[in-house]
Amino acid sequence: MTKQTPSQTIGPFFAYGLTPEGYGRKGIAGNVLVTPATAGERIRIEGRVLDGKGAPVNDAMIEIWQANAAGRYRHAGDARDAVPLDPSFTGFGRTLTDETGAFRFDTIKPGRVPGRGNALQAPHIGLIVLARGMPNHAYSRIYFSDEAQANGEDAVLAVLDPARRKTLIAERRNEAGGGVYRFDIRLQGDDETVFFDA
Amino acid sequence: MNDRTYNPRDWTQHPPYLDEGYKSTGLRAPKKPLVPLPETLSELTGPVFGHEAVQPLDNDLTRNGAVNGAPLGERIVVAGRVLDENGRPVPNTLIEVWQANAAGRYIHRADQHNAPLDPNFFGAGRCVTDADGGYRFMSIKPGCYPWENHNKAFRPAHIHFSLFGRCFLTRLVTQMYFPGDPLLPIDPIFMGIPDEAARGRLISKYSLDLTEHGHALGFEFDIVLRGCNATPFEG
Repeated sequence: MTKQTPSQTIGPFFAYGLTPEGYGRKGIAGNVLVTPATAGERIRIEGRVLDGKGAPVNDAMIEIWQANAAGRYRHAGDARDAVPLDPSFTGFGRTLTDETGAFRFDTIKPGRVPGRGNALQAPHIGLIVLARGMPNHAYSRIYFSDEAQANGEDAVLAVLDPARRKTLIAERRNEAGGGVYRFDIRLQGDDETVFFDA
Repeated sequence: MNDRTYNPRDWTQHPPYLDEGYKSTGLRAPKKPLVPLPETLSELTGPVFGHEAVQPLDNDLTRNGAVNGAPLGERIVVAGRVLDENGRPVPNTLIEVWQANAAGRYIHRADQHNAPLDPNFFGAGRCVTDADGGYRFMSIKPGCYPWENHNKAFRPAHIHFSLFGRCFLTRLVTQMYFPGDPLLPIDPIFMGIPDEAARGRLISKYSLDLTEHGHALGFEFDIVLRGCNATPFEG
């Protein structure tokens, strides 16, 4: 058996390669995951990435991965053919933070997918944070504040210290265009976001 | 309990989040213990980008930024295989690369290092592994450049790599280095990897086989992603 290639930081200068729209090139994915044809409730996720002193992290990349509105992942590993795929939704988004550390995604609310033992998980979005000063990426999950019952049944949330669980729950507010969820990512500190050894 | 499909991240091989030598980890390293996450469909799936994500010149950085000529610097071929810990090839997976030009300057607007931009070099590309996990791209050997970490700090020459692998768990972002670079033993980012053999696997090997007569130096760089203990789904 060979060993894993070590991770190294993404560094400060990834944007022209990985999120190159600002450099006149097309990236593999952006922060708008929906088209007019995508099924499901339109939502926006917005937040900031903050360091241990609460200062904005203005050079982070955020990636998200989620199921479609019916709760199906677009991947061969999700072979539940009874749950429909959405030809207008890949489930992957990528963006970079701005000078205030802010990011946002326009997507749809994911459906519930099975967890261990086929118990349904609460709706959630997988998230990866990468930045200068981070030798490894950090893995987290976004849950939704208006899913209190499902969140209460979720096996991943259940094992978390209640005081830290709230760092994974995006707070909803309703705007004219639809639901907007606030999800700040605190890399360090008393209210540090829960990161998983995934 | 060993019912995992994918091996866990091997923390003996990766650098820690917090590293005194690499100063900007100080306020960016998570300090609370990572929480174990059982594998579910959310982890066992992930974005799949194959050949449709790649344009014809994406794997040739000597041509994909050319405006009125060829970029300056030593032409190189970088090639290798993407494998998992069990030695199985990872086919049809996207690799994204980005790097400084021969003078050690990135085209990124935040890079204000006083070295020239090259009007014919953009410095980013993509390729997709073949059925055997193989990949190959052409580029220019990147220069070293100063950074603010400590007095006289210069980064060793490197190319950034970003890979997806088979699912969200196999995501890897790393850097490839060049053999014989005197800056490696004093680079905090490279030396942040505690295991010497692990560090060695980030250093590409000069390859006479890959070298193109009269045209480009060859460097071989293999990448090992987390092992899959089931018949993998090939996208």
